[in-house]
Amino acid sequence: MKILVGYKRVVDYNVRIQVKPDGSGVVTEGVKLSANPFDDIALEEALRLREKGIAEEVIIVGIGPADLTAHLRNGLAMGANRAIHVQTSEAIQPLTAARTFLKLVEKEQPGLVILGKQAIDDDANQTGQMLAALWDRPQATFAGKVEIADGKATVTREVDAGLEVIEAELPAVITTDLRLNEPRFIKLPDIMKAKSKPIDVVDFASLGVDAADHVKVTHYAAPPKRSKGVMVKDAAELVAALKSKGLL
Amino acid sequence: MSKILVIAEHLDGKLNGATARAVSAAQAVKPDAIDVIVLADAPDAIAAEAAKIDGVTKVLTVARAENAHALAAIYAPQIAKAAAGYTHVFAPSTTFGKDLAPRVAALLGVAQVSDVMTVEGSHSFKRPIYAGNAIVTVDVPADQTVVATIRTASWPAAASTGSAPVEALTVDATLPTHTRFVELHQGKSDRPDLQGAPKVVSGGRGVGSKENFEIIYKFADKIGAAVGASRAAVDAGYVPNEMQVGQTGKIIAPELYIAVGISGAIQHLTGIKDAGTIVAINKDGEAPIFEIADIGLVGDLFKILPELEQAL
Repeated sequence: MKILVGYKRVVDYNVRIQVKPDGSGVVTEGVKLSANPFDDIALEEALRLREKGIAEEVIIVGIGPADLTAHLRNGLAMGANRAIHVQTSEAIQPLTAARTFLKLVEKEQPGLVILGKQAIDDDANQTGQMLAALWDRPQATFAGKVEIADGKATVTREVDAGLEVIEAELPAVITTDLRLNEPRFIKLPDIMKAKSKPIDVVDFASLGVDAADHVKVTHYAAPPKRSKGVMVKDAAELVAALKSKGLL
Repeated sequence: MSKILVIAEHLDGKLNGATARAVSAAQAVKPDAIDVIVLADAPDAIAAEAAKIDGVTKVLTVARAENAHALAAIYAPQIAKAAAGYTHVFAPSTTFGKDLAPRVAALLGVAQVSDVMTVEGSHSFKRPIYAGNAIVTVDVPADQTVVATIRTASWPAAASTGSAPVEALTVDATLPTHTRFVELHQGKSDRPDLQGAPKVVSGGRGVGSKENFEIIYKFADKIGAAVGASRAAVDAGYVPNEMQVGQTGKIIAPELYIAVGISGAIQHLTGIKDAGTIVAINKDGEAPIFEIADIGLVGDLFKILPELEQAL
């Protein structure tokens, strides 16, 4: 089967983001961009399924502006067979992303779609669930372990209460949690090889997806700052400080 | 005029405390009605608990054998049907709500607002992005059903002195069979629940091993606190994943948070920013955790924790 993997480009997780003083957005100019960490885990899982002979082809999908190509090359260097670049200069919200993925799913007929559980920029945690709903297929979110056999995925999910195991008939949508795997590093020869792998560029408008602005972001603000703390010199002082606040 | 449907979260026949927090957020919309919907195989005991939450107009129960386990693929079509006539559908921003709400929203053909921190108006909300390093105000179009998850750390639990009527609801929805529950391995703990506890003690990589974590448990038990952990401690296998606090784990707002041997990565700080008082105990005086701690103590945790117990 084919596996479709969502591969979003976001501000690197180590960057301390700054809100613009006029509240119009966050500063992204000159800031390091990387693959969404959960998407690297999604791609790694797809590659492992291919290495086990469960999948034949791994296709990464990116939605974004023309310069997204370099980002997709990284996913190809990691091992994806090919990439689809849905080109648009507009910021895409999760519902639109899910509708876009559905169009690609209808065309490619994958047995599995693997997405990250959330993107670390908008922290929405929605796209996988929305795609599964629109496609009318199972979803297995927050996956910590995936086993594929007999036309179904047995997925261990990281839920608040502990670990939940569910069975999902394929095709299905899986979203990855942090502990699913450890993504591999890209090796230099693979970067060279990735240059010859195909990237299909699809104009977003040509897909006919309804991209009405569903939710409007009207203002960005920095979070409230906590007041400066104090240092104490030993355990006795700490206990005294907490007792004076009525916390112990 | 607003009418809000709140999706009840429950496990083992008991209502989860996050539901009463979602009701608090619903009250902030100042709606005409707040109804709570309980999907279960045997919803009566859960519904009785939900009926006591202040501000609830009525509790709707959907009793079906298929609802024995909270599978989003099974619940979502029923909630999408039940949502007719409501202006808002709220769920807590727990793994349950995060799994379910976007599926409901997509079935309704609308966007979803994640992690509502404050209600600015019936269709206007504030929510965090970039691991809580920016707060955005988002407006939902006035003609759309608002589907939202409620950031539980931002809202107090509504009190339990009410007595709303309970009504059985029949929902005409075809349910898929493509998704099946197999089992749930629950972390067994007699300690307070991490997400609702007023005091939390967390350990990080500095604790060093699974065995060493006993010192954290012992101290937490002494002060009646829940126990959490940083991602580093979970990844190292010191504690199970459901104890993780942070951007991708649990987001908590206890009155007292004590971080022990935790350096304070951005992703961890996201999970504790709203705590009342943050205490940091770390041997590295330059650790970023001290930048947000209200009280800091530099030193060896293996020496300090026993001293703290002595001093109590």
